[in-house]
Amino acid sequence: MSGRTIIPFGPQHPVLPEPIHLDLVVEDEKVIEAIPRIGFIHRGLERLVEKKDFIDFVYVAERICGICSFIHGMTYCLAVEEVMKIEVPARAQYLRIVWSELSRIHSHLLWLGLTADAFGFESLFMQSWRLRELILDIIEETTGGRVIFGSAKVGGVRRDISAEKMQEIVKKLRSYQKEMDDIGKVFLGDLTVQHRLRGVGVLSTASAKALGAVGPMLRASGVSSDIRMMGYSSYGTLDFAPIVEQDADCYARCKVRIRELDQSVGLIESAASKMIDGPIDVKVTGTPNGEFFARSEQPRGEVIYYAKGNGTKFLQRMRVRTPTFANITPLLETLKGCQLADVPVIVLTIDPCISCAER
Amino acid sequence: MGALSKSPWIIHYDGSSCNGCDIEVLAALMPRFDLERFGVINTGNPKHADILLLTGSINEQNKSVVKNIYDQMPHPKVVVAVGICATSGGIFRECYNVQGGADKVVPVDFYVPGCAVRPEALIDAAVAAVALLDKKRDAMKAGKA
Repeated sequence: MSGRTIIPFGPQHPVLPEPIHLDLVVEDEKVIEAIPRIGFIHRGLERLVEKKDFIDFVYVAERICGICSFIHGMTYCLAVEEVMKIEVPARAQYLRIVWSELSRIHSHLLWLGLTADAFGFESLFMQSWRLRELILDIIEETTGGRVIFGSAKVGGVRRDISAEKMQEIVKKLRSYQKEMDDIGKVFLGDLTVQHRLRGVGVLSTASAKALGAVGPMLRASGVSSDIRMMGYSSYGTLDFAPIVEQDADCYARCKVRIRELDQSVGLIESAASKMIDGPIDVKVTGTPNGEFFARSEQPRGEVIYYAKGNGTKFLQRMRVRTPTFANITPLLETLKGCQLADVPVIVLTIDPCISCAER
Repeated sequence: MGALSKSPWIIHYDGSSCNGCDIEVLAALMPRFDLERFGVINTGNPKHADILLLTGSINEQNKSVVKNIYDQMPHPKVVVAVGICATSGGIFRECYNVQGGADKVVPVDFYVPGCAVRPEALIDAAVAAVALLDKKRDAMKAGKA
């Protein structure tokens, strides 16, 4: 039996576009332990609240992460609106749902592509990203941006989507759904793909709960938890249920995300049908005084925004707990005992967004 | 036109960006924009790379990593600062852990504007970088660099 070796993984490596460093302790090809080192992209933006006022800070919050930017901006707004007791108009709430779900679809397609790349299925990677571009087109048509939307604001949203445009979007999404199904079939049905995903990186229900996993990682381990069910921003008026899988391996996590693509299209459709004419924002007067924890469901899981105001236009404290940070501990657990060659796939199945995690 | 300008290989490193520019770098390589039609290949190995794409700003932790990647790349090489964060720090320049743009540690040849950068702008940068690669190679041959 050979001794233990430490293999450094990252921060610059071809699997992820983002820097994370893992020291992999291996015995032959088997990973015994993974020791993370994070902080390569720490910016310290929580303290920017001292320099940018609470209205301007939405722009910073959106740039915590470029993939789920809208939901970051929106959750920050939810926190400040609750502190200031602002009632957001119904139309704005449904518009927020539409953009949130569009970000979820594009984020999941991005993840599917990166995962295909991690297990070496290059054409599937390209197909997923081709489909993602079509979603980005809808986003660009409605917000003007491809990755940073700039649509959320305290008190509502900045842009409206007309009824005709909304119908067109729903129609387009319906037609893309077929293409998503086609890609989904390859991910879930292809023998070689299953060989790479099934039984790899198992996280038991008990450890998922104990280690505080969130999002698809948690739902794939058989726990029914989705923050959208708490009903923020009118999600409570829509009819849906968390998507849960029992297998707890990489395959289950892939399946959860593929099923969520369908769910998101459905949510956009029902949000469109409930949208009534009306204002899209309210005038914001005064300054925040008080504190609030806002929670929302990102493509990667639960994000928490804590905002504390002291009656000035600068918040006293702002804190973010991001899903990737919560999922790093479960990731280390799933890496134990895996083959070295499976590390990229397992790291990807938490859908790591390091810039969120380190801010 | 030499082999370098027919098929420049790029390496991408995320300094401390928000991910927006990183996914646009990848999107530029995908079917829609298809930077690969110019022979551009994304590599993970600095020793294979001709063009370094840096996204995000420089901080204490990644300084040495960026310098290390740059030093490992063979001459001639071109550095492209992608997005406003890599140019000046952008919206985050007042953060305590942001020291500024990529030019704090490595010499930058091209600055690509945008937050997030658009894939079309990246294609422009790649085409400009190819021309500069040729120039740098010729200068090396003439013994001037």
